[in-house]
Amino acid sequence: RRVTMMNADLRRERAAATFQTELLTHILDGGAERTRRRKEIEALVLNDPDFQHEDLNFLSRSQRYEQAIRKSALMVMKLREYGIADPEEIYWFKSFVHRGRPEPLDLHLGMFLPTLLTQATPEQQDRFFMPAWNLEIIGTYAQTEMGHGTHLRGLETTATYDPATQEFILNSPTVTSIKWWPGGLGKTSNHAIVLAQLYTQGQCKGLHAFIVPIRQLGTHEPLPGITVGDIGPKFGYDEMDNGYLKMDNFRIPRENMLMKYAQVEPDGTYVKPLSDKLTYGTMVFIRSLIVGDSARSLSRACTIAIRYSAVRHQSELKPGEPEPQILDYQTQQYKLFPLLATAYAFHFVGAYIKDTYRRISGDINDGDLSELPELHALTAGLKAFTSWTANAGIEECRMACGGHGYSRCSGIPDIYVTFTPSCTYEGENTVMMLQTARFLVKSYTQVSSGQRVTGMVSYLNDLSRQRIQPQHVAARTVTVRINDPVSLVEAYKARAARLVEAAAKNLQAELNHRKSKEDAWNRTSVDLVRASEAHCHYVIVKLFTAKLAEISNAAVRAVLTELCLLYALYGISRNTGDFLQAGILTDAQVTQVNQRVKELLAIIRLNAVALVDSFDFHDVHLGSVLGRYDGNVYENMFEWAKKSPLNKTEVHESFHKHLKPMQAKL
Amino acid sequence: SVNPDLASERRTASFSVEKLTTWLDGGAEQTRLRRAVVEAIEGDPVFSRENQYFQSQNERYEAAVRNAVHLQKKMHEMGWSENGPEFKYIYRAVAGEIAFLLHRVFMRSVSMLGSDEQVAKWIPLASQYQLIGSYAQTELGHGTYLQGLETTAVFDVTTQEFILNTPKISAMKWWPGDMGRSATHTVVFAQLYVHGKSYGIHPFIVQIRSLQDHSLCPGIIAGDIGPKMNFEHIDNGYLMLQNVRVPRENMLSKFCEVQPDGTYVRRGSQKINYFTMTSVRISLISGEAILPLMKACTIAIRYSAVRRQSKLKPGEQEAKILDYQTQQEKLLPQLATAYAFHFIDDYLQELFDRGYREIQRKNFDTLPELHALSSGFKAVVTQFCTSGVEICLRACGGHGYSLLSGLPSLYTKIIASCIYEGENTILLLQTARFLIKCFMASSTGQPIPPSVTYLAAVKPGNCPAKNKLDFLHPDIYTEAYQHVAVRLVSSTAAKLQDLIQSGVKKHDAWNQCTVQLVQAAKAHCHYITVKNFAEIVEKIETKAGIQKIMKHLCDLFALYGIFSNTGVFLHDGYISGAQMDMVTASYLDLLAIIRKDAVPLVDAFDFTDKSLNSALGCYDGQVYQRLYEWAQKSPTNKQMSPAYGKYLKPLLHNRLSKL
Repeated sequence: RRVTMMNADLRRERAAATFQTELLTHILDGGAERTRRRKEIEALVLNDPDFQHEDLNFLSRSQRYEQAIRKSALMVMKLREYGIADPEEIYWFKSFVHRGRPEPLDLHLGMFLPTLLTQATPEQQDRFFMPAWNLEIIGTYAQTEMGHGTHLRGLETTATYDPATQEFILNSPTVTSIKWWPGGLGKTSNHAIVLAQLYTQGQCKGLHAFIVPIRQLGTHEPLPGITVGDIGPKFGYDEMDNGYLKMDNFRIPRENMLMKYAQVEPDGTYVKPLSDKLTYGTMVFIRSLIVGDSARSLSRACTIAIRYSAVRHQSELKPGEPEPQILDYQTQQYKLFPLLATAYAFHFVGAYIKDTYRRISGDINDGDLSELPELHALTAGLKAFTSWTANAGIEECRMACGGHGYSRCSGIPDIYVTFTPSCTYEGENTVMMLQTARFLVKSYTQVSSGQRVTGMVSYLNDLSRQRIQPQHVAARTVTVRINDPVSLVEAYKARAARLVEAAAKNLQAELNHRKSKEDAWNRTSVDLVRASEAHCHYVIVKLFTAKLAEISNAAVRAVLTELCLLYALYGISRNTGDFLQAGILTDAQVTQVNQRVKELLAIIRLNAVALVDSFDFHDVHLGSVLGRYDGNVYENMFEWAKKSPLNKTEVHESFHKHLKPMQAKL
Repeated sequence: SVNPDLASERRTASFSVEKLTTWLDGGAEQTRLRRAVVEAIEGDPVFSRENQYFQSQNERYEAAVRNAVHLQKKMHEMGWSENGPEFKYIYRAVAGEIAFLLHRVFMRSVSMLGSDEQVAKWIPLASQYQLIGSYAQTELGHGTYLQGLETTAVFDVTTQEFILNTPKISAMKWWPGDMGRSATHTVVFAQLYVHGKSYGIHPFIVQIRSLQDHSLCPGIIAGDIGPKMNFEHIDNGYLMLQNVRVPRENMLSKFCEVQPDGTYVRRGSQKINYFTMTSVRISLISGEAILPLMKACTIAIRYSAVRRQSKLKPGEQEAKILDYQTQQEKLLPQLATAYAFHFIDDYLQELFDRGYREIQRKNFDTLPELHALSSGFKAVVTQFCTSGVEICLRACGGHGYSLLSGLPSLYTKIIASCIYEGENTILLLQTARFLIKCFMASSTGQPIPPSVTYLAAVKPGNCPAKNKLDFLHPDIYTEAYQHVAVRLVSSTAAKLQDLIQSGVKKHDAWNQCTVQLVQAAKAHCHYITVKNFAEIVEKIETKAGIQKIMKHLCDLFALYGIFSNTGVFLHDGYISGAQMDMVTASYLDLLAIIRKDAVPLVDAFDFTDKSLNSALGCYDGQVYQRLYEWAQKSPTNKQMSPAYGKYLKPLLHNRLSKL
């Protein structure tokens, strides 16, 4: 193996860091032992020749699917061989194998098996779980239809019970009812959990889940009555066979309805489930994963853009001097460092939700659902807030890499297309924001009627106190200290309180105009989304600030405090209108905030490379020529390009087919 | 048949769609001509883009070359010429899926930078396609900053040749279109050295491939730079030169020449070079940024009128998603932006034509203003349009992510426009430099160009609006924009001066103010866009309802800008907190008003289904049927994937065989 020299710029950057990168890595991983274990699992994958393959950028979609399915099959066997069973460790293993990309068995492992565990009766588990565990059955989760996504009640697929044969008859009655998008459905799965409107004894009982075999075991041909296929090319997700499924009078036995909660008895009698809040649990869990994913995807993009900006030299800052690193330009710092701070903020938020979920999932199993509504509302909003921000941030990182960012060798296009659908799946973001808003308005109404609320919304309690002692907004004393994160949390709190109150009042005003409830809600929805955003923003600043107190190493705490300040102040500088209008900050303070942001950029500049090194992405996982750890960018771009499919032959066949004949004719 | 949900939208239009279309085109004759070109191109099966989304990089490249060759034939058949009135519509009709665009840049640069003899020699060869040209400027290590280019051209007096070299890896030419596979010749920009002295960047014609068998010439290493986010039909290339010799006559020498004895002669003004950049920037605004945004709006708005989701009123049918305020808030401002920029394009075009006439009279006075405006607007328009296309994509829910929606391709293509022909941040800083210069000049009473005179005439006072309807007066919002632009330019100028007076070096002071400078340049362009839109609306004849709807769009564009940047308007109290609530109220009211005409407003852009190439945006609104039928044509459904036999089968039978 050729030993490559590290790029001199990067070496200098790393030597100048004021803290030890490993210590920060340990904090991100949740302890030194977990870092060790993560790297151990990473090594298992990276040193395994079975998981090597050609650069995916040069493969066709079909080839990428093939590589993914090959690796998925191996992965399942190796996980068992190595005895890796902890969910987080499985997650690491999987993301190293697939390098952060989706794979065709995602829904089998992430939805099909868990749904069997939570919603199947013991008898059903006997029939389906072990075959599915052993991959004789590969399943997917078919919920979304062509005509309906987030709005589940609108789904049109029907499952009609026939007591004569004790079967359900499944139908896709319209084009819009065709199942569309489920991953692994197009080519991979032979079973699907299908969500359909249940009809029994002539009545619709709403959505229920059914296990539907779709392909013949052995030949893998679609079963009679089933039309199944791939939905065609997408923006990314090349390795995933997102599929369609159309069912025509397809019959399944009564026992294939998942009946742990709701049941249909042999004669067709419907037995209601006890509570529908239980499904919240799964949603909270998956959305909390998206928050973590926002942090990781943005971290990867920041790593690439910041390392590259330290390597790239361009133009002149001082006449007569050599071209500076582009990381020295204020505009470049202003693009990248707030995103770096955001990546850290989201990381801590993701960890918080995961811990909270873990803490209360015990209560959920014991039937105590009291904390679930708030957590549900919070994760809906945070899922939307973080995925929107990360989505835009990844693009900013790419643009900050100039023309080379646009090449697939930068790796950022791939991060972007893999990440961006999370703004839509598992709940469309605007709809998610409105769910959070519903909770906020409800809490506000409770406070207005004299009740106290708890948890993250407890700041609304203060609003009622203000009402008792009315105080003009402008008369409120401004006490924000812009270098104190705790004080900034208060500023964000005040902004959230004001926007929630404004939205709730506007909603009330619309209702007073005798508008229907739905109409009034719709006419206030832009305000409501703003209120939710402000609430989420406050939660993030609060959690980031709270994290600082837990850091024992002074050097690491210092650098994280700078990032936390930058995150909070940058957020103010991008939303000055809210803070000015509410009288939280004065014009002069806003000017100070803007100035302080720029000072922080210069301070963070010193540790920028070390701060992305702490994310500890292996080059293979990063998949970027621009973001290589050793910084040897240009020579490797050339090596990479030589492998491009267009370069397979010296003279492309188009020359003989098109160019030469034309030149002959003219 | 047309989906009834779309048909009903069209029945209630408040204006004549056809009249708006012809007005946007600049007259009925232009509309007729455009439609004729589009029909001729789209009627020709060779140009069909139906399979575009299923093609590999190799296949798309081949199709683009085939299209380019076929277009030559087509133009001949139809009697179209490169200078004819049809030409601007041809590119629009082929939707960019065509090779040899850089061949045209090659020809343009030879014409503009070459001596009469050079033009006489190369242009006939190029127009006959006896050679295929490219334009090699950008290198691995350098883009917008041209002085940093590292390729060298050393004059050898003994052989009367230039010796071209790529001295290091970062000097390799990287990105030029058509160069990876197609081009036989290219214009290489290199640092000129004569007798050991450097003379800066100059252009040289270099042959890179054999005219006989297309193999690479000696000393040339060239190839394709690999897959990108889009433009996979274009063979962007790399080029390495190793002691490649070209005759002295291959240096393009309209402005500079190296004489046989090595004497370097400069003639004429090089200012004209700026003019070329300006012309390229202005010309790309329409085709590369505004049209894609118009297409994205057409797709997203039609789809939003067809897609029904959830209920607004209990007991009723599910609502069109276009009826949700949050959906309107995503899409309608983008629609207004498309219109606003359509008019800015006209404004810039007119300014450019006037400037061109002056320059032909050897008067270069308008050049700085033109350069500043074209830089700033290239940046602002491409940035707004890019984010607009992305908003449209995400407003289409899951289906937006399917390539068959057409939106991912529009997006991945338009984002490149933020970088090429000048990286946007750098361009905004150029505009800012001009603004600061003009502001300083005006404060000492010197004359300044017309587009910036407002910087000198600062009006005191605050926004006079008393209720939400006042914010529908163009004077009120135009002045608010003007106030903000003046404030940002003047405060940044003051800060620069303070820093310099406190002893900070000029370049350091500049770098410390760049974030603000960018903001000031954007505010300037935003102000001009609003002002121009308002002036256009003022001038429209009132008939056919067009003025009324354009006025609504202008109001929406202006108020959206305030609503989404409240801080800069509130900052010094020009707009008060109470007034800001009025802005919001008026803005939200406008959404509901424009909602009614949303579909007719995108229909007026007059895109054919073939040019949209979208299952979601088709005119008849039969969205789901199209999506289903088109998906079935995907190669993934036609070819049996080897994955089943190779991997899935053993996996599935893994357990069975053990039983």
